Amino acid sequence: MRRITGWLLCTVAALVLLFSYKTSTMGPGGETSAIAAGAGTGSTAAEPGSGGASGPGRYDGSVAQTRWGPVQVRITASGGKITNVSVLQVPDGNFRDRQINDHAVPILRQETLAAQSAEVDTVSGATVTSDGYRESLQAAIDAAHLK
Amino acid sequence: MSGVGTVDLTVELARRAWVVQVMGLPVSVHLRGPGVRTDAVAARVERLFAELREVDATFSTWRPESVLGRLGGRMPDPATAAPPVREVVELCELARARTGGRFDARRLPLPSGGVGFDPSGLVKGWAVGRAARWLGDLPDHDVCLNAGGDVLLRTGADRPGWRVGIEDPDRSGRLLDVLTRHDGAVATSGTARRGAHIVDPRTGRPATALRSVTVVGPDLLWADVYATAAVARGADALDWLATLDGHEALLVDATGRVRATPGWPGR
Repeated sequence: MRRITGWLLCTVAALVLLFSYKTSTMGPGGETSAIAAGAGTGSTAAEPGSGGASGPGRYDGSVAQTRWGPVQVRITASGGKITNVSVLQVPDGNFRDRQINDHAVPILRQETLAAQSAEVDTVSGATVTSDGYRESLQAAIDAAHLK
Repeated sequence: MSGVGTVDLTVELARRAWVVQVMGLPVSVHLRGPGVRTDAVAARVERLFAELREVDATFSTWRPESVLGRLGGRMPDPATAAPPVREVVELCELARARTGGRFDARRLPLPSGGVGFDPSGLVKGWAVGRAARWLGDLPDHDVCLNAGGDVLLRTGADRPGWRVGIEDPDRSGRLLDVLTRHDGAVATSGTARRGAHIVDPRTGRPATALRSVTVVGPDLLWADVYATAAVARGADALDWLATLDGHEALLVDATGRVRATPGWPGR
């Protein structure tokens, strides 16, 4: 049991990661914080029967605090194999947001791209006024091709 | 790539940019192709900018002497208006219908104070899309037009697309994503540069739930209108954007979370 618990523990951590990947978004240190959340819950994750809602063969991960809110998964196992994974909590877990989460494709970025390294031809952004243009990336791209 | 007869494939296309401040915005035109340094091509670009200046002289609500300025917030009468003005009025009504009232030019804060008809939010995309026809029949030339962060693209067959960076609304100079596009439009609306300036017509108050919405679609007018309407709509904008045929969207909400519609063409 110890081995399977350890294995499940890793799986929970992995699933928290996976879930974070699917539902969380980009941002500085986004993935890093998800990793930390998954690993940090290891000592208490996947304890069979923890919590009243859990039954035989079901393992609830503890609540992992991600940058975007709490994430908790439940794993159902039989004969050492995972038979089902369900999500007990998602970030912003009200019903309306869950609908949106289902509809959307959340995007994870470890970090946003440095514009200088992205070699873009043009930049789309909220309306740049003439004053703000001077310091914009678009101005730099334009300037490089004016001659 | 470098065999006899294919030498041209390895030569990078000549590229040239023009930038003019018009309609209160920096508008840049980038062209790729063999004739970008010719007078004929430069003349076409100048015609494009001249048309945008004419549009501004007609539609600017900041100019008391413009057609819209003289009306002082009243909607032009489509029955008597000049054809371009009638077209814009009708497009504003179509935009209101297509956005469930979230884009509504009829009751907006006016530069002169008060509330009235201001089609500026639609005129930019309409005017740029229309003026781009001056470059439409230049064979062997690719077009990348950027009007204050809204982008229109045309690329010839067998040539590389344009790389369009989507600016991070919270960190200017950094990008959320990069799309390679050959044709169509990429429009972004939001609060990053000018604060909460998009009003939700249903409440009359500035919309603050979303920081930025980027819409990819076949033409600039509708990509821009839908992006603006999505910011006004707020929390449930992504569900609505996902219902728009031929359009995909990426949005950043007030908490910094970034989401996209299922067909978003980015990475």
